[in-house]
Amino acid sequence: MDQRGGFTRAGVVRGLKAALALTLGLSPFGLVVGMTADGVGLSLLETLLMSGLVFAGTSQLVALQLWSDPAPILAATLACLVINLRMAPMGAALAPVLDRTRGIRLWGSLALLVDNSFALTIAELRAGRRDAGFLFGASFGMWVNWMAMCAIGHIFGNALRLPAGHPIFFASSAAVLAILVQLWRGRSDLQPWLLAGAVALMAHGLGLGAPWPVLAGAFAGATLGAWRDTRGQA
Amino acid sequence: MTLRWDVLAAIIGMALASYLCRAGGYAVLRVTRPPPFVQAMLQHLPGCIFVAFLAPIFLQSGWPAAAAGAVVLLVQARLRRLALSILAGVGTIWLLRLAGAP
Repeated sequence: MDQRGGFTRAGVVRGLKAALALTLGLSPFGLVVGMTADGVGLSLLETLLMSGLVFAGTSQLVALQLWSDPAPILAATLACLVINLRMAPMGAALAPVLDRTRGIRLWGSLALLVDNSFALTIAELRAGRRDAGFLFGASFGMWVNWMAMCAIGHIFGNALRLPAGHPIFFASSAAVLAILVQLWRGRSDLQPWLLAGAVALMAHGLGLGAPWPVLAGAFAGATLGAWRDTRGQA
Repeated sequence: MTLRWDVLAAIIGMALASYLCRAGGYAVLRVTRPPPFVQAMLQHLPGCIFVAFLAPIFLQSGWPAAAAGAVVLLVQARLRRLALSILAGVGTIWLLRLAGAP
């Protein structure tokens, strides 16, 4: 919590608590990935190894949907590369939090980076707390939940039988929506956000799959915001 | 508890690709100093990423999801409790379905 930033134990604890508050929002996705992995014939060990090392739900789901025997090594790798491309600008945006860390605390925290922990850390940063410990704590808490839910989904998937439209699946969208409220800085965010949404819808309407609507929308909105902020300077 | 070599290879490929995405953006930033315009963009990216992520999802999922989404926004804006907001959203969808919504 100190002004210069860094990586504190208090930050880790705060992050873990924030991840815990999101439990309901995080859990359904892990269940789905566990069930899907079981469905395509991955063993529990293989499922947990994948979820533990990859820790990126959408890309895992896409890879599992094109799974085959023998495993599609190149296709699965490419799916992860393309779909997780959205995390590259996230890491860059976290620079103020990460700049005073190094070694395992830096590159290890980045290894666990996920959308939700990124968003919560940005909200922390804007509240004046620059702590890479928070990023690690939140990400690690989410990783633990992820592993538990993937395991439960794999083991009990057949018994649970959650239909695709079940209300519980709304929880992950709800989590992102709630975090979005914390990222709102005021009216100056309105135009970039509207443009981001509109461009994403346009890319989606053109039939582009993940991650292109997200990337196109995010960059359009951010460009508008940056253009507005830097206009008249220089 | 089987672990097949081809599955392991796919998992390692997936993990390396994902790590490249996670660490790559920051790694580039660590060695180069981005121009002011890029720095300003990075300030705006977080919110825009999530708006762009949610927009197509909500477009596809009908009015009960939109109503539940509004409840989430309202509860989070008023009370600032993530767990509560998520619960309120899921509860809203659940109630609407009970009442016969699609």
